[in-house]
Amino acid sequence: MTKDLKTHLKVNGSEYKIENSWLRESLLFTLRERLGLYGSKNACEQGECGSCSVMSDETLVCACLVLTGNAVGREIQTIESLAPDGSMSVIQQAFVDAGAIQCGFCTPGLLITIQDFLESNSDPSELEIREAISGNLCRCTGYGRIIEAVRLVSRATQETEGTSDDNS
Amino acid sequence: MTTVESYAAETKSGIGISAQRPDAVPKATGEFPFSSDLCSQNMLWGKTLRSPYPSARIRNIDFSDALSISGVHAILTADDVPGKNLFGLDHPDQPVLAEDDVRYAGEPIALVAAEHPEIAEKAIAAIKVEFEILTPLVDGEDAITADPIHPEGNVIRHLQIDFGNPEADGEIVIEGTYEVGMQDQAFMGPESGMAVPSPDGSVDLHISTQWLHSDRDQIVEALDLPEDMVRLTLAGVGGAFGGREDVSMHVHLCMLALHTGRPVKMVYDRNESFLGHVHRHPAKIWYRHHANTDGRLVKVEAKIILDGGAYASTTSAVLANACCFSTGPYKVPNAQIEGWGVRTNNPPCGAMRGFGNVQTCFAVEAQMDKIASTLDIDPIELRLRNVLETGDKIITGQTIKGAAPVKEVITSLTNHPMPGPAADDPLARPGGTGRTTDQSHIKRGVGFAVSIKNLMFAEGFDDSSEALCKINDGAVSIHTACVEVGQGFVTLIHQIAEDVLGVSDIEVIPADTSIGSAGSTSASRQTWMSGGAVLKACEAVVENLINQVTEEDGIHYENLAGTLVAEDGSKTIPIADALIGRSFEEKVVHRHAPTFPLDNKGQGDAHVSFAFAAHRAVVDVDEELGLVRVMEIATSQDVGRVLNPLQAVGQIEGGIVQGLGLAVLEELVINNGVIQNANFTDYLLPTALDTPPIEIAALIEEPEPGAPFGAKGIGEPPTISSTPAIVAAIRDATGLDLCRVPVRPEDIALS
Repeated sequence: MTKDLKTHLKVNGSEYKIENSWLRESLLFTLRERLGLYGSKNACEQGECGSCSVMSDETLVCACLVLTGNAVGREIQTIESLAPDGSMSVIQQAFVDAGAIQCGFCTPGLLITIQDFLESNSDPSELEIREAISGNLCRCTGYGRIIEAVRLVSRATQETEGTSDDNS
Repeated sequence: MTTVESYAAETKSGIGISAQRPDAVPKATGEFPFSSDLCSQNMLWGKTLRSPYPSARIRNIDFSDALSISGVHAILTADDVPGKNLFGLDHPDQPVLAEDDVRYAGEPIALVAAEHPEIAEKAIAAIKVEFEILTPLVDGEDAITADPIHPEGNVIRHLQIDFGNPEADGEIVIEGTYEVGMQDQAFMGPESGMAVPSPDGSVDLHISTQWLHSDRDQIVEALDLPEDMVRLTLAGVGGAFGGREDVSMHVHLCMLALHTGRPVKMVYDRNESFLGHVHRHPAKIWYRHHANTDGRLVKVEAKIILDGGAYASTTSAVLANACCFSTGPYKVPNAQIEGWGVRTNNPPCGAMRGFGNVQTCFAVEAQMDKIASTLDIDPIELRLRNVLETGDKIITGQTIKGAAPVKEVITSLTNHPMPGPAADDPLARPGGTGRTTDQSHIKRGVGFAVSIKNLMFAEGFDDSSEALCKINDGAVSIHTACVEVGQGFVTLIHQIAEDVLGVSDIEVIPADTSIGSAGSTSASRQTWMSGGAVLKACEAVVENLINQVTEEDGIHYENLAGTLVAEDGSKTIPIADALIGRSFEEKVVHRHAPTFPLDNKGQGDAHVSFAFAAHRAVVDVDEELGLVRVMEIATSQDVGRVLNPLQAVGQIEGGIVQGLGLAVLEELVINNGVIQNANFTDYLLPTALDTPPIEIAALIEEPEPGAPFGAKGIGEPPTISSTPAIVAAIRDATGLDLCRVPVRPEDIALS
């Protein structure tokens, strides 16, 4: 018989009590169907499309490939953490401004991926951007406006850094 | 020249500017509710048992064990379909649940509703079906003469187009045989929805779809319920591209909800999504072109076989497009075209972006290159010598009355600068860093292709869209049943309403079946159809407003660019201000000019309007490894008028990448009727690394008569000629014939 799992998960800084998770339940299912955090998307559920990308501690993962039991004790960050209290992160705003959103199903996963990527490379080349998001499938945009959104953020970051350099 | 980089969303609204999508922010924050995000108290999970065999007889279904599993609330089969056990987009020929026969691998047989998806899965596994396995009919050509696999026979449609003189001969004759593999829409948001039953026996279905009213009409037949007892509301759609035009889980969900008395949610996983919707028709195409040595086309003969799979879906209309536009955007005085849309035990095929034009465009553009090469004429020059213009007839005898700037589309693209050499970075090479391509082995090629696409439905279909414009003390709300699949019609509603009414804060009422049909979000038709309906509804409000103000003031008013001006000039009032304190409700049904059926010679004014596009592809190829990297696609497109530049760019870039997918990556591999790669590991969608920069050389704005704002639909043309342009570029690099898409590594390396 399948056994239930009673445990706790830490998601976006909050502790959640998980009452009856199934043993082979994915973190994606738990986030969406138990915690009501529907922002992480279920496009392939086999780790190919990146739509369910979340941060597990410092690591970018596909929530569909992580068992809920294995997420216990980790800090999980989902799309819902990018814009707490209705604000928009810089990269979210860039997606809106650059026209990077059409159907929007891939958007949350891309935003998590790009947020993580820009932390390690704030001034990427076009090829580096393409490689960084190559684990996130988008069927609507052809990626052009998404890459433009990353460029917008990167340019803004360079300008800010340039300004602070000038001031120093 | 239009530079893509110059576009950025603006906060203003109105026609012609890059207004921001109203759903952009909730989509960026993850709050936008997609159909798979639906949930309800007391909800059950639905699941579908599907046939593993492409052709079989069902001897017996035993679900007693499955039903005894704790947490299982219902198991339904064909016996439980309350009404007609048939549905279909064009006409009903497909069982809601298989009765005696299954005709494709993936055909639904039984349904389960359970407390948890895992319980539902267990129940599915516990249902015992006894099959008598039959030999499937899997070859489209064989299907024409084979024993029928369906009471309606195997030929869904046979279409003959006879135009001009069948005896006409050219100085040269060029033959070719071509093949197109089965492409999938592969939208990101899987099929999903929720049905909520009411105590009165009616049901609400929240569903991602392309056409709410067509769904509703098919559901009520299967449920044997009156129209008003099945209410559909659009749930957030994660892309469509044709793949949601047909009914999938709709009837199943309603049956489970009505049977259990509880809300039922269903979400296909990716594997089931590949089984659960129609695909692009695979095609076998033979051409014989007759031309004179000056490059002028004299006659085109073609035979086209589209494999429609087990059920009709839109095969008939797809075949009509494939045949009507089989000669491309060129003047062809004589044509003999014969097409068959056939039934096999392969997965059903139907609508996908480009809808029939994709298959023959790939083949006819290859033919044009062969003619050019035989006559030693530049391929672009050859096309320019044959381009259609306004006033010309296409091979159905229909005269093009609207804009046909084919020449401008081609020349503007030809003038666009070529890209430089590839970056000195392994990432920029065919195959990327994981492969062993050496820069010295790479050959570059350039290819060019042009396309024609009909806009909107054809052949006499009564195509309409209804819109309501409601003013409540100056507050504007707009209601249509137009489905937003990501294309941006939600933005256009705001732009159009603001353009007419001068009000920027507009409420868009969710699309549902409480208003009349908007028709399908397909065929590049919604801007023209639902855009036209919204425009007319807003204009009707203004007309009423003018009448009211004129009556009140005793002076005649006119609308001058959003301001009411008294005829004696004594008073001016912006429309937005004049609406305050007033209430109106205007509902309008918009129709395009009528079309007519094709006669038995394939002649008739069957189409509304035509759009043209050209694509130039630059590729790098490693012949030894058979690897291709598309380095750049440049395009020019006939758009009538750009209503939202940023969204137009998004449609063009996205469409081109789907064309790239068909050229070098995407194919549902079918072995003896069974899909071998129903997942994103093996069905290769273009990633950002497979995708080149896209250059928009020009958007040709020649307003289309009869089209609201003069705007032509822009969604499909990018997908059509991008594929042949890429394959032409690979031919240019390799010298190979390459008569099949997608071009696979072995097609290059082992040739």
